[in-house]
Amino acid sequence: MVVTRIVIVGAAAAGLAVAESARTAGYGGQLVMVGDEEYKPYDRPPLSKQVLLGEWPAERTALRSDADLGKLGLDLRLGVPASGVDTDARELVLADDTRLPFDALVVATGVRARKLPGAPAAPNVHVLRGLDDAMALRDQLTPGVRLVVIGAGVLGAEVAAVATQRGIAVTLVDPLPLPMTRVVGAAIGEFVAGLHREHGVDVRCGVGVRQLRTAGGRVDAVELEDGALVPADVVLVAIGGAPAVDWLRGAAVPLGGAKPEEGAGGVLCAAGGRAAEGVYAAGDVAAWCTPDGEAYLRVEHRLNATEQGRAVAKSILDPAFRYVPAVPYFWSDQYDLKIQSFGSPGPDDEFVVVEGSLAERRFVGAYLRAGVVTGALGAGLPRELRAWRTRVGRPMSRGSS
Amino acid sequence: MKVVVDEEKCCAGGQCVLASPDVFDQRDEDGVVVLLNANPPLELLEGVREAALICPAAAITVEEG
Repeated sequence: MVVTRIVIVGAAAAGLAVAESARTAGYGGQLVMVGDEEYKPYDRPPLSKQVLLGEWPAERTALRSDADLGKLGLDLRLGVPASGVDTDARELVLADDTRLPFDALVVATGVRARKLPGAPAAPNVHVLRGLDDAMALRDQLTPGVRLVVIGAGVLGAEVAAVATQRGIAVTLVDPLPLPMTRVVGAAIGEFVAGLHREHGVDVRCGVGVRQLRTAGGRVDAVELEDGALVPADVVLVAIGGAPAVDWLRGAAVPLGGAKPEEGAGGVLCAAGGRAAEGVYAAGDVAAWCTPDGEAYLRVEHRLNATEQGRAVAKSILDPAFRYVPAVPYFWSDQYDLKIQSFGSPGPDDEFVVVEGSLAERRFVGAYLRAGVVTGALGAGLPRELRAWRTRVGRPMSRGSS
Repeated sequence: MKVVVDEEKCCAGGQCVLASPDVFDQRDEDGVVVLLNANPPLELLEGVREAALICPAAAITVEEG
């Protein structure tokens, strides 16, 4: 079937990569992009970094200039969410009842920030996912306020660092014993915890939140499970994201179970991004089958959105295309450090420093499982770290470093 | 073809160097992109386009013409 109508739901990094890659591949057909926000495609990593720090105005997060967007010949429909899809008729339905026929539909709706169960809605309780979230939080982070960050994942740790740099007293809370451990393991978790403590953050890892205490319609303290009461002027809930798939319920598009290896609630796809006849998914919302065929994994890293978007464009346009997974990459800016990581190590993999030292805060380390390099992570030695990218997936003999 | 990089946006991942090593490099100290050739020849276009598309910080712009 000749594809002449591609409809992309989601106007961020993954959706944009589909559009650009399709045009680069010579696709001259209709290209519709639907976004639930009013903003043109913008980038999310700067939201918890330069935008929150107040260094960048919102416009600086634009992924492409208006001129470059214009060259893509997009039918850009912003400010209206998708509400459903009819896979038999091959029509996408929007919240304003517009029906958009497609040959290929791309689901690139990303994730929504999870809310704390039972938490009250209050003007000083925030999540951070979109540009509006970032600006609302930024505006409340005035000098002297006390911020409690609930969730010490990558996002929570970045916000703690930025707020500290802005002269704000930060408490970082997580039920897990160390920050970022699910992503970087215990050794780097210790390192990150030390980094934050040194900068004055009150790191309360290993204890969960019992409830948010309210007074006069605002939250004024966070009560922890050990009974401690942490005074709060502003609260950020950074406990992860859930795939934005509500609009797909009831449609003939497969969705994963809750467990990570079941796709963590994302759109289940073959490697290459095909979810069903004429339906594809890319980015945070997509759970692609692993090369060994044993699991479906969702990956919420920025580079993954682009990689998968490119692959989906190729899958749509070229039936012979075979996806070759790239080495995963992510980075996190905290204080004056840029932590960078290649690969996808498990939280229990051993971490061995192979260059520099953690104490100097200039290092490269390798993650090992059964003698095989599962990832590499470093700070302050970018060139040396990059050299380790090609070693991911290969055996490492001790002494070879 | 004209290549423009935004050092302030660069996230130092080095993906551009992997895509087009004749045009991009990284600074030793912080990994920020170094543009080796702002007007690369046309035969490098594919790699440069790839670098711009893949850059996870949208820090590379290519003006073709």
